[in-house]
Amino acid sequence: MKLVKLIAIAGVVAGFTASAAFAGTLDTVKSKGHVQCGVSGGLPGFSAPNDKGQMVGIDADVCYAVAAAIFGDRSKTKFTPLTAKERFTALASGEVDILSRNTTHTLHRDTALGINFTYYNYIDGQGFLVKKTLGVKSAKELDGAAVCVQAGTTTELNLADYFRTNGMKFKPVVYDTTPQTREGFDKGSCDVLTSDKSQLAAIRSELKDPSGSVILPETISKEPLGPVVRQGDDQWFNIVKWVLFAVINADELGVTSKNVDEMKKSNNPSIKRLLGLEGEMGKDLGLSADWAYNAIKQVGNYDEMYERNVAPLGLSRKGSVNDLWTRGGILYAPPIR
Amino acid sequence: MADKVMTFEKLPDRPPPMSQVGIVGWVRENLFGSKTNTILTLVSLYVLYILVVPLVDWAVINANWVGEDKSVCDANKAGACWVFIAARFNQIMFGLYYGANPDQIWRPTLAFALLIVLAIPLFIESFKYKLQLGAFILFGYPFVIFALIHGAWLGLPVAGTSEWGGFMLTFVLASVGIVGALPIGILLALGRRSELPVIRTFSIAFIEFWRGTPLITILFMASVMLPLFFPSEVDFDKVLRAMIGITMFQSAYTAEAIRGGLQAIPKGQFEAAEALGHNYWKMMAFIVLPQALRISIPGIVNTFIALFKDTSLVSIIGLLDLLNMALITSRSLEWKGFDLEGFTFAAFIFWICCYAMSRYSRAIEDKIDKATKY
Repeated sequence: MKLVKLIAIAGVVAGFTASAAFAGTLDTVKSKGHVQCGVSGGLPGFSAPNDKGQMVGIDADVCYAVAAAIFGDRSKTKFTPLTAKERFTALASGEVDILSRNTTHTLHRDTALGINFTYYNYIDGQGFLVKKTLGVKSAKELDGAAVCVQAGTTTELNLADYFRTNGMKFKPVVYDTTPQTREGFDKGSCDVLTSDKSQLAAIRSELKDPSGSVILPETISKEPLGPVVRQGDDQWFNIVKWVLFAVINADELGVTSKNVDEMKKSNNPSIKRLLGLEGEMGKDLGLSADWAYNAIKQVGNYDEMYERNVAPLGLSRKGSVNDLWTRGGILYAPPIR
Repeated sequence: MADKVMTFEKLPDRPPPMSQVGIVGWVRENLFGSKTNTILTLVSLYVLYILVVPLVDWAVINANWVGEDKSVCDANKAGACWVFIAARFNQIMFGLYYGANPDQIWRPTLAFALLIVLAIPLFIESFKYKLQLGAFILFGYPFVIFALIHGAWLGLPVAGTSEWGGFMLTFVLASVGIVGALPIGILLALGRRSELPVIRTFSIAFIEFWRGTPLITILFMASVMLPLFFPSEVDFDKVLRAMIGITMFQSAYTAEAIRGGLQAIPKGQFEAAEALGHNYWKMMAFIVLPQALRISIPGIVNTFIALFKDTSLVSIIGLLDLLNMALITSRSLEWKGFDLEGFTFAAFIFWICCYAMSRYSRAIEDKIDKATKY
């Protein structure tokens, strides 16, 4: 498998260099009539099918918003479920137009893979879930703990790094998949479970007794997740990036899917520019003037996306890192002008 | 005074003692015949008891059968939540597109129903056009099912292959693999036994290459590597790539199963055929292959059953087959945490299909056994 992996990586890198010169994604998208969006497809809160068979989640919403901005119709979105391994190839080979698959922005990915990270739709970080009976208040007290962790992920590496940095020992209990890891924690094979915090909240809610465990305050890694596009098509890069900025700006300006029509009467020049009543923002992007209006009207602003998808996992936005910069978070979208 | 004739009448046989016939007798002989048997029986009964009772409890007695949403299941956690399967049945069976467009479900349903209707005459002894019908099912029907499921040819709303999924995708992948592998496998098996060095070498190389590579690697290559070798304008469908990979893989195994059959044919059959003046193709088609295929049916069906289950490996390339679909539906916000129900349901469907295939192959074998006993 190692050799296969090596060959695969070599091939992927070679392939990316070869297909880096890509142009006219917007035209391709317009001519085929839909945005092809690469998602995970099985991650609650980010992208998973609902009872009606529609893909829902904060990752899926980014694609709906882009489709609404381009076509004025959010339903012109098609989803391709991708595994973590094939996601970058699928993007580079043109199989998908946007990769919105809880992908962490790292230097290596940004430089070596021929892809561009636009901005972040969720800022995650690795944390710990512990049994309340352990009586632990901080991750620093976890010396000697048995830790349940999923194999082959950066989670495993971050865990080792953290314990080494703090001069602590731990016993890893390794599982293959998230449900197995949860099961192991539930059965008491370990005292601590580590994963990204968005996952921890979901895992906690699935435990037999959710109130018997608690998520520790520490965050031991940075996982800024956001939509990714191919390198070499700046127009498309700008569209995806600014649709994301537009919904964050809408959140800041208090424009929601419900009040967006009333907001058209607002005197605030920022809102007027956002909704395409002043300036030529849409034209600069190669879109119609009401691009952001459509995205907000049909999908909602960032806060609506978050509350609809991520909040039900038990992750409150208020005061978290995913809140706006004006409210103690770090989400900060450049002005539309 | 009439002479009394002495007659000896046979008394009717008395039934054997109760302890030797019927259920009691069978139990005594087979389950408690000796000390070892008794111990083994008791141990097995105990194991069954600790396995089956909780399973039945969970899956049937305590299970939640009716309801609208998860609240029913949250209230009763002791039992399985079949409400989840009912709510997501369309998705698990037909994938995301048909799950989202229930008004279009008649298309895959019609396709499956058509297959069943077409296949029934094959089981009727007196039906005359079995060969023609079989040929149509193998080579014509795939186009019908594609036209129905995809929709573009018939002017129906298009369900792109990237939105195919569930049992439908498993079924399509497995049947394409099986239908495509049979002719290729026959040619490869003949090629491997050919006297022409080029053909023989090619066949051996082909078979050994595909047989020596794990299916998971083939799928991974087809999904991750192949697109990089084509210019980006060439949209080479992911499902099609998986189908080609699976067919190539399967044809190598089928070829080896058939070669086993070919080797069992006595040399006299070949010589007799040649003595009758048949050329190579006639000899193979009319004399050798009919016998060889009969012998290799168990082996071929065995590889087909293995293939049917192997198709779930396509989850590695992000295709939502039956297993993967059952898994991701239990990862949605509404039904988080019901993966056990999803897995159980998928296992049940797989079992039904595989058991049906193995029963069918047994029936064919019995028929052939009867036909060849003279």
